[in-house]
Amino acid sequence: MTNAEAARRLGLDCLCPGEEREVSGGYAGDLLSWVMGRAGRDCAWITIMSNVNVAAVAVMAEASMVILAEGVKPDPELLRRAELEGIALYSSPLNAYELSWRLHEALL
Amino acid sequence: MPEVRLSYDIDGDDFSSAGEASVAMKKALRQMGIEPETIRRCSVCMYEGEMNAVIHAGGGRAEVLVSPERIKITIEDDGPGIADVEAAMREGYSTAPPRVRELGFGAGMGLPNMKRCSDELDIETAAGRGTKITMIVRL
Ligand SMILES: Nc1ncnc2c1ncn2[C@@H]1O[C@H](COP(=O)(O)OP(=O)(O)OP(=O)(O)O)[C@@H](O)[C@H]1O
Ligand SMILES: [Mg+2]
Repeated sequence: MTNAEAARRLGLDCLCPGEEREVSGGYAGDLLSWVMGRAGRDCAWITIMSNVNVAAVAVMAEASMVILAEGVKPDPELLRRAELEGIALYSSPLNAYELSWRLHEALL
Repeated sequence: MPEVRLSYDIDGDDFSSAGEASVAMKKALRQMGIEPETIRRCSVCMYEGEMNAVIHAGGGRAEVLVSPERIKITIEDDGPGIADVEAAMREGYSTAPPRVRELGFGAGMGLPNMKRCSDELDIETAAGRGTKITMIVRL
């Protein structure tokens, strides 16, 4: 499943489409060095963090998309960096739990 | 492949450019054709080291040496140093101030991540004398 397909199936709002990537799993978390150390490559990363550091972590951890949960709005600098680095950035009014089970179902 | 040297300045007072050295290193390693799993390990080491230099030491310098056998990452700063290295290595130990915790830092996982992702980790530091962290990732 590509990141764009995942976005469609989870009903996400697109903030920045980014580069097309395969999504093979998920990770939910807001503490950046937990995400760095634990998120698997090609995961959809679900977070309520909205500052620019999210972009660097997404690149370094090789997340294939970032989903801002609970209707969180990205800082302008995060959006700018997502566009620059080709990061697929989406948002949703759903919380991390609801997004996680929808993602799980989409991945089955 | 001859040894390749990459050097980066780590800006200390600009949070919006934080992570830039790491992102640049990652792109360079990819261009050199280093295998993905090795890049991933180097990415964790470099990012955590870079952010520690920004957050705890007001910036610093990074050097990455790529040779056929190994990648050696050195991150150096002139910050306050680490008084108790053993404590700093423990998962969950952090002295990060509230304003950086709000950004998602301060889990106390950076140094443990660096240890786990490198084959060798060496910390040279003393209170008031800065910190030099050397990590080796074998290819
Ligand atoms: N370059 C440095 N200069 C001074 N102190 C440092 C440096 N790097 C780490 N430390 C000290 O070691 C502690 C642990 O570092 P570590 O990277 O594991 O956690 P953190 O940076 O506090 O949080 P996290 O990395 O999870 O965001 C820091 O809180 C700080 O007290
Ligand atoms: Mg740290």
